[in-house]
Amino acid sequence: MNAETLYRVAVLNTEYANCIDADRLEEWPGLFLEHCVYKITTADNHRRGYAAGLVYADSRAMLTDRVAALREANIYERQSYRHIVGMPALRIGEDITAETPFVVVRTMRDGRMDLFAAGIYLDRVREDGGTLRFAERIVVCDSSRIDTLLAIPL
Amino acid sequence: MDAVVGRTWPAGLTRVPYWVYTDADVLALEQKRVFEGPVWNYLCLEIDLPDIGDYRTTFVGTMPVVVARAEDGALCAFENRCAHRGALICLDDSGSVKDFQCVYHSWRYDLRGNLRSIAFSRGVNGKGGMPADFDMSCHGPRKLSVTTFCGMVFGTLSPDAPEFETWLGPEIVGRVRRVFGNRRLEVIGRFTQALPNNWKLYFENVRDTYHASLLHLFFATFRITRLSSGGGVLVSETGEHHASTTLAPPQGKDSSYQGLRSDKEGFRLADPSLLGMHDEFHDDIQLQILSIFPGFVLQQVHNALAVRQIVPRGVDATDLNWTYLGFGDDTPELRAHRLKQNNLVGPAGYVSMEDGAVGGFVQRGIAAAADELSVIEMGGAGAETQETRATEASVRGFWKAYRAHMDL
Repeated sequence: MNAETLYRVAVLNTEYANCIDADRLEEWPGLFLEHCVYKITTADNHRRGYAAGLVYADSRAMLTDRVAALREANIYERQSYRHIVGMPALRIGEDITAETPFVVVRTMRDGRMDLFAAGIYLDRVREDGGTLRFAERIVVCDSSRIDTLLAIPL
Repeated sequence: MDAVVGRTWPAGLTRVPYWVYTDADVLALEQKRVFEGPVWNYLCLEIDLPDIGDYRTTFVGTMPVVVARAEDGALCAFENRCAHRGALICLDDSGSVKDFQCVYHSWRYDLRGNLRSIAFSRGVNGKGGMPADFDMSCHGPRKLSVTTFCGMVFGTLSPDAPEFETWLGPEIVGRVRRVFGNRRLEVIGRFTQALPNNWKLYFENVRDTYHASLLHLFFATFRITRLSSGGGVLVSETGEHHASTTLAPPQGKDSSYQGLRSDKEGFRLADPSLLGMHDEFHDDIQLQILSIFPGFVLQQVHNALAVRQIVPRGVDATDLNWTYLGFGDDTPELRAHRLKQNNLVGPAGYVSMEDGAVGGFVQRGIAAAADELSVIEMGGAGAETQETRATEASVRGFWKAYRAHMDL
């Protein structure tokens, strides 16, 4: 185990969570390579090999579009997330492969808080000009039941 | 006035009282008169049950149901409730079995839902056990009649349900066949969206052609659907079913949305590969939303295909079960395009996410308005097919059918 790699992946995960939780969504696509895969699916869909996601992007530009749509187009009640992200389990090969458990608490504008999602990030991470970025992040939610809507990325 | 509900409904189809979304008595009556009435409820897909012994659990309204493929290959459906003490017979979403055994006291059922054996029915050492004259054939979960259409399985509890395709009518039948043809279906995703509202608010939303391009900015901005595009809404004679269509958009500048929130000319996608349409239906329909009373939706938004099942969970809670579909003969390019276009639909869909929330806005808005009325008057007072989507004809059609079934 390379302690420095573990540290760098943990920092990447922290920055990812902060971008979303602190509403710096515009910076979120920059954590991905230009050609990347971002998908939100569920454990049941993942196990059955179903390819479709709740969110599916195969380019950084599609992530930029997601943020633009959330800012400009989509209607949803004001809400925020709090990510609690666990320790990544790494496998280092040509890419770095990481599996990291997460929990997301959602707080609505009226103060209602819910355990909105729990699951695991299945990542491939790659060096990109001295920075680690996601080549692929598959968000596998433990539950296939989504309350009301999933607007902000997980 | 209905003796059970104890409320009156104003004359005509243009006013709907809000108590219909908030009364617990109404929900109980809907189970009897609508879901268990002479209608066909969507249960699952045929491909969910390819082999003998395969089963899938589903719902008819609030009633839990098992669908299974019996020894002779026939599809059978029965209430998921043990005849003994009422426990669920089947606990998982799907699987494959030789027979079903209730976990509570091991009462055993065959694949058709017939009670076949009772544990310790003769007691132990000559003591206890069931009465000698207990007739297993008189005890069992309620059974449904089952029919299949275009790879989908529908079921009814009523002996009075019309023949399925006659019930849909030739136009709706044609609109379903237009999407499915004879192609082999393939499931590419399954998700459940928990809606914080009465089931009828979602079904109305599906049939509400007026809201689509007003609530959903994404639609209007990219001209996926605008009321000024061609198309219309088809409503079946009884009002039970509908199909709305949007044709390819007119070229050139369209000023009909000027000043509306959903008109944002400056908004463009950085990766427009999400848009566009592979010509798989060989017509000029870009978008077709079709509903079958009381809780089924077939969606074609460009190449994003899904069936949606509406399951009431309480007066103000509804599960929307999404099954995303492709076909066995999809080219890799078409399949990749479907995966991208699924971003438009589902719980996180650029379009559909808002439909998940707006029913809750109504449910909360009417908290103290049981005796007030909603206004459903766009496009007149009738429930006939119209060659425009700037109408609420299809919503009125739903209420026409609903009131006939409910006797309200």
